[in-house]
Amino acid sequence: MRFLPAGDLAVCVELGETISVEVNTQVRALEFLIQQKGLTGVVETVPAYASLLVYYDPRAVGYERLCAAVAELVPQATTAVLPPPRTVELPCCYDDPELGFDLAAAAQRLGLSTADLVRLHAGAEYLVYFIGFTPGLPYMTGMPERINIPRLDTPRTKTPPGSVGIGGIQCCVYSVESPGGFWILGRTPVPLYDPSAAAPTLLRPGDRVRFRPIPRAEFDTIGAAVAARSYRPVIS
Amino acid sequence: MIRILDAGPQTTVQDLGRTGQMRYGIPPSGPVDRFAFVLANRLAGNADSAGALECTLIGPRFEVTTAGAIAVTGADMPVTVNGREAAGWATIAVNPGDVVKLGPARTGVRSYIGFAGGLDVPLVLGSRSTYLRGRVGGMQGRALRKGDEVATFAPGPVTLRRVSSQAIPDYAREPTVRAILGPQADRFTDAGIRALFDGRYEVLPQSDRMGSRLRGPRIEHARGHDIISDGIALGSIQVPGDGQPIVLLVDRQSTGGYTKMATVCSSDIWRVGQARPGQSLRFERIDVEEAHRVLRESDTALEAAVREESA
Repeated sequence: MRFLPAGDLAVCVELGETISVEVNTQVRALEFLIQQKGLTGVVETVPAYASLLVYYDPRAVGYERLCAAVAELVPQATTAVLPPPRTVELPCCYDDPELGFDLAAAAQRLGLSTADLVRLHAGAEYLVYFIGFTPGLPYMTGMPERINIPRLDTPRTKTPPGSVGIGGIQCCVYSVESPGGFWILGRTPVPLYDPSAAAPTLLRPGDRVRFRPIPRAEFDTIGAAVAARSYRPVIS
Repeated sequence: MIRILDAGPQTTVQDLGRTGQMRYGIPPSGPVDRFAFVLANRLAGNADSAGALECTLIGPRFEVTTAGAIAVTGADMPVTVNGREAAGWATIAVNPGDVVKLGPARTGVRSYIGFAGGLDVPLVLGSRSTYLRGRVGGMQGRALRKGDEVATFAPGPVTLRRVSSQAIPDYAREPTVRAILGPQADRFTDAGIRALFDGRYEVLPQSDRMGSRLRGPRIEHARGHDIISDGIALGSIQVPGDGQPIVLLVDRQSTGGYTKMATVCSSDIWRVGQARPGQSLRFERIDVEEAHRVLRESDTALEAAVREESA
């Protein structure tokens, strides 16, 4: 464990240097404990793969005292303290090349049929390590090793929101239109970021995500319900 | 209410920013120059957190529909009311029908207009601040446009105040920006660290509320420029593979995968944000303890900056 100063208003608590479920669970558990205990001077926290950025008010707590208080919580930061995770179902249309525009190429690269690639991708459960980069964008892993694939050689400049992609060991759902290097297998009609909603972001760190394959017709039906604000995401 | 006659290139509603949303990928937003922003509100008789305008390089022209007061601080934009010059860094009493205009900034980048009562736009996730890339807050998540009408809360009685002249920053001077090493200083060579603190860096035109892009002596990495993504603090000096630093500001991405050598102190963020493209700046290294002392001094300076005008 290392405490790395990140200016005069934040400290980065580094719990590891690798991407693993174990370290990330510790990060999220530490964040949960800090929130629960209401540590003096803590303003907000940002979890990432292996570290927690703790924003604090130096008028309320000094650097050394804050680090000591956080260090004291680290040994208790285990899965046991975390509330049971939510599972969020994201309907995903894989079978329209207009939406899953890299599906065929990715399948070929992996030596799989498109049906097998979809089955492997949709059959897995994904862990949201953290949310970042753009509003509501989940950093997830959980794919079977068989569909690990190097990122695109040339990242595309625009990827539509809702695009579901894979690259390396990661699975990504774009929350807003952005550049990116993931292979796009399909698209979900459920917005991960809706600036006009009262709660604009759908996913939270620690959520489990499952993809449910849907035909294009259902994609359009759900899309219409989303637009009419009558769609409720399936969360258990 | 105010009616926008000309908006200027980027005029947005801001308050002190959003808290608690970075873990969902939504940055705090709020003013780039918090010092000038707070003073604009205090001169207008408001709480520090009231909604006000941030104007970029060229200010807006607008009509006031209710009697009250305004105040302009920050970048030195010439202010006129009905064509007559008015003072910056001071309360300006206004009447219905008055037309206020802010011209192009002579020094600095961002000016702030406080309105007695404060701007009344809806709170989104607890804040009135505009986050342009995320299209939330302020005026429907966007910069102001000609024809916009922005409501104001009812103003209290007007008290004329001004900022003492020694508290008004000189944006034309080359700023020295204090920064703390870390979080990833160990990913740079000694020569790379020296480059940042000994060199002079020029602000590039691609700078915005997300970050100020700088160009200067190349900063050398010790072992690669990528890290596994972590949180990005206000003022993080991120150094990608090209060795040129980017100082991340209020609309920054919440997490990222580039190394960050050092972090600009919160009380010096405005020095970065008010440096114009083409202007240069220098960095000075201090430690956390000293930065906290600097912050207390800056709080004290803010408290002492505003005086009531004697009649």
